[in-house]
Amino acid sequence: MAKLTMVQAINLALHQEMEKDEDVVVLGEDVGIDGGVFRVTDGLIDKFGEERVMDTPLAESGITGFSIGMAIYGLKPVCEMQFSGFGYMAMHQLEAHAARMRARSGGRFHVPMVIRMPYGGGVKALEHHSESREAYWAHTPGLKMVIPSTPRNARALLVSAIRDPDPVVFYEPKSSYRAFREEVPEGEETIPIGQSEIVREGEDLTLISYGAMMRPTLEAAEILEEEDGVQCEVIDLMTISPIDDSKFTESAKKTGRVVLVHEAPRSFGPGAEIIARLVEKSFLYLEAPIRRVTGYDVVIPLFQREFDYLPSAERIMRAARETLDF
Amino acid sequence: MPREKIDLEQDIEYLSILNEKGEIDEDLEPDMKDDLLLDLHRAMLFGRRFDERMLNLQRGGKMGTFAPIKGQEAAQLGAVACLEDKDWLVPSFRETAAEIWRGKRPKNILLAYAGFSEGGVIPKGINNLPAAIPVGTQTLHAAGIGYGIKFKGKKQVVMTFFGDGATSEGDFHEALNFAGVFNTPTIFVCQNNHWAISINRSRQSKSKTLAQKAIAYGIPGIQVDGNDVLAVYAAAKEAVERARNGEGPTFIECVTYRMSVHTTADDPKRYRSDEEVEKWEKRDPISRFQKYLKRKDLLSDEEIKEIESEIKDEIKKIVKGWEKKKKELEGRVEMFEGTFAELPAYLVEQKEEFESELPEKPEKPEDAKKQEAAEEDEEEAAEEAGEEGDDEDEKAEAEEEPEADEESEE
Ligand SMILES: Cc1ncc(C[n+]2csc(CCOP(=O)(O)OP(=O)(O)O)c2C)c(N)n1
Ligand SMILES: [Mg+2]
Repeated sequence: MAKLTMVQAINLALHQEMEKDEDVVVLGEDVGIDGGVFRVTDGLIDKFGEERVMDTPLAESGITGFSIGMAIYGLKPVCEMQFSGFGYMAMHQLEAHAARMRARSGGRFHVPMVIRMPYGGGVKALEHHSESREAYWAHTPGLKMVIPSTPRNARALLVSAIRDPDPVVFYEPKSSYRAFREEVPEGEETIPIGQSEIVREGEDLTLISYGAMMRPTLEAAEILEEEDGVQCEVIDLMTISPIDDSKFTESAKKTGRVVLVHEAPRSFGPGAEIIARLVEKSFLYLEAPIRRVTGYDVVIPLFQREFDYLPSAERIMRAARETLDF
Repeated sequence: MPREKIDLEQDIEYLSILNEKGEIDEDLEPDMKDDLLLDLHRAMLFGRRFDERMLNLQRGGKMGTFAPIKGQEAAQLGAVACLEDKDWLVPSFRETAAEIWRGKRPKNILLAYAGFSEGGVIPKGINNLPAAIPVGTQTLHAAGIGYGIKFKGKKQVVMTFFGDGATSEGDFHEALNFAGVFNTPTIFVCQNNHWAISINRSRQSKSKTLAQKAIAYGIPGIQVDGNDVLAVYAAAKEAVERARNGEGPTFIECVTYRMSVHTTADDPKRYRSDEEVEKWEKRDPISRFQKYLKRKDLLSDEEIKEIESEIKDEIKKIVKGWEKKKKELEGRVEMFEGTFAELPAYLVEQKEEFESELPEKPEKPEDAKKQEAAEEDEEEAAEEAGEEGDDEDEKAEAEEEPEADEESEE
């Protein structure tokens, strides 16, 4: 097993899926010769040629609508929005067409495509390069919304997304692209879309997160164990929609205390949905109000101050301690 | 240091073959079989009458909003007449006649506009996308489908329709650009009917023609008299042949006129004059074509009357079948199924919650259900036979197959 960064792991998934299935094509701005601005698609064009790795004109709606046509015809396009901040150009195509084609055509057509977008803050980027807007996509019936947190699950989730018969928005936490390495098996590995995972077991407090925020969340869990002797159960959602509420509602029944973490703005964020489900399914077991550690409902500041905006292990620990003391 | 004219190697032509008096430029007359001419005539007339019937069903409160095609029969039918069954159609919301030509069942069109999503079901074997409401967006799908065709090395082509207003949308430009860059077998047919709701064509673009926009994308473009079915056919035929031979996309601007309302929710008197409408009535695509067919001795007034009466009966049957189908569908709701290939747990929960709140309906015994299904099959077979002329066995057969698929899917 090789130790890979998330960029390498996603690249591995693309190589292997393109090898396995001739209908998989990759397209986007600079994804060919340049290998993508983050090098996620590096080497693909040399191996699979221009017909399957397409440097497109600079037009996000164009890339998305074109991919929808390809997918309806029977190809499996994996298209890239260079940054999620420019993915809004594609929103109309995804909401009005990709997400609805199955329903509108009575099942005659479906849209097996993946829209990859690097998202999130923490890399000292320019304006429009740091947002976390997964709620937009997750709010769209007919779209799936997946966010990996590690190299290994990024690879396994992307393989599932490519094979999925429905459109999947695949947010890649760009602050985790090269931040750490993980063993990724060479052989095939998939993680079902719509399935969350308990990544750390515990009895005292449930921490729920996903994507880039898994790192401060796990860090907080460790410190809480060391310093307070508290056992946190940590859940990685991995799929935002269709959301898997089975694990976190059960975990909340066990611990009675929940803190959830995301970098997206708080109001109407994924956390609101998680809390709604906890109230619906675990209400009688809760011992304390549920806490949200999230981005604030503001435009994310430019990078000098972005860490004031992003949730940190300290903020998570503070909320956790208050919840435990309630 | 030069400052000189750049040779763009491309001019924009205007093509008209059959004038308002029914006179023809014989040098340009396309080579079309008599059967095809008569089929086209019938389809144009059917399109017109079906449109009128829909309008009065809507006015009578039986149907929701829809976009009439009156005046645009030649622009759409002349173009789709060049397609083969295996080809693809990517329509906007104003191609009822083209969709019917391509195998969409009129009853389903009525159902959809009466608010039943069942009407949108596309049977297997018919390569029509559902009508796209968001203006211009569908053009990109046609570019992408074209790439799929090319990728798989198939001899198909894809034709998409849109209006003059759509040429102001970014997606239209992105579609022409993608189709040009990737040389896809895509035919872009703009029905320039002079209006986008209340906005005149002159407000969409300062350019003299819409067709010339093709130049910017390096693809062939042509402007045709969109009320001249022969000109539309001739231009589309060239475009389809080019696409099939791997020579890429074409943009065709059909200059036509929306003789009716934008949709049934619109009052055109607010923004255009009666004189303008009258002027265009004189250029009606159907009467012009009839003059030509009469001159060719392919059609007589007597025969036109006969066809009119057949169409009337046919539409009557369709409306009757629709009324029956509507009754059947009332109270049946299938809104969950199409969301994903497999329903996630929470959607199954929502579905159960929804169903548990439905009023109890007495379950029909199995025998009664079977009996009903058999009756329905018979009726639809009869309807189908009525929809097709006797000399159209081949087309009827082609349509029967998807028909069976559709029923088995239900
Ligand atoms: C993206 C989008 N914006 C606005 C509308 C509302 N709308 C429906 S039809 C129409 C005018 C379309 O004009 P044109 O493209 O010329 O087509 P026509 O209606 O004449 O067939 C408008 C503004 C829409 N359906 N989609
Ligand atoms: Mg118009």
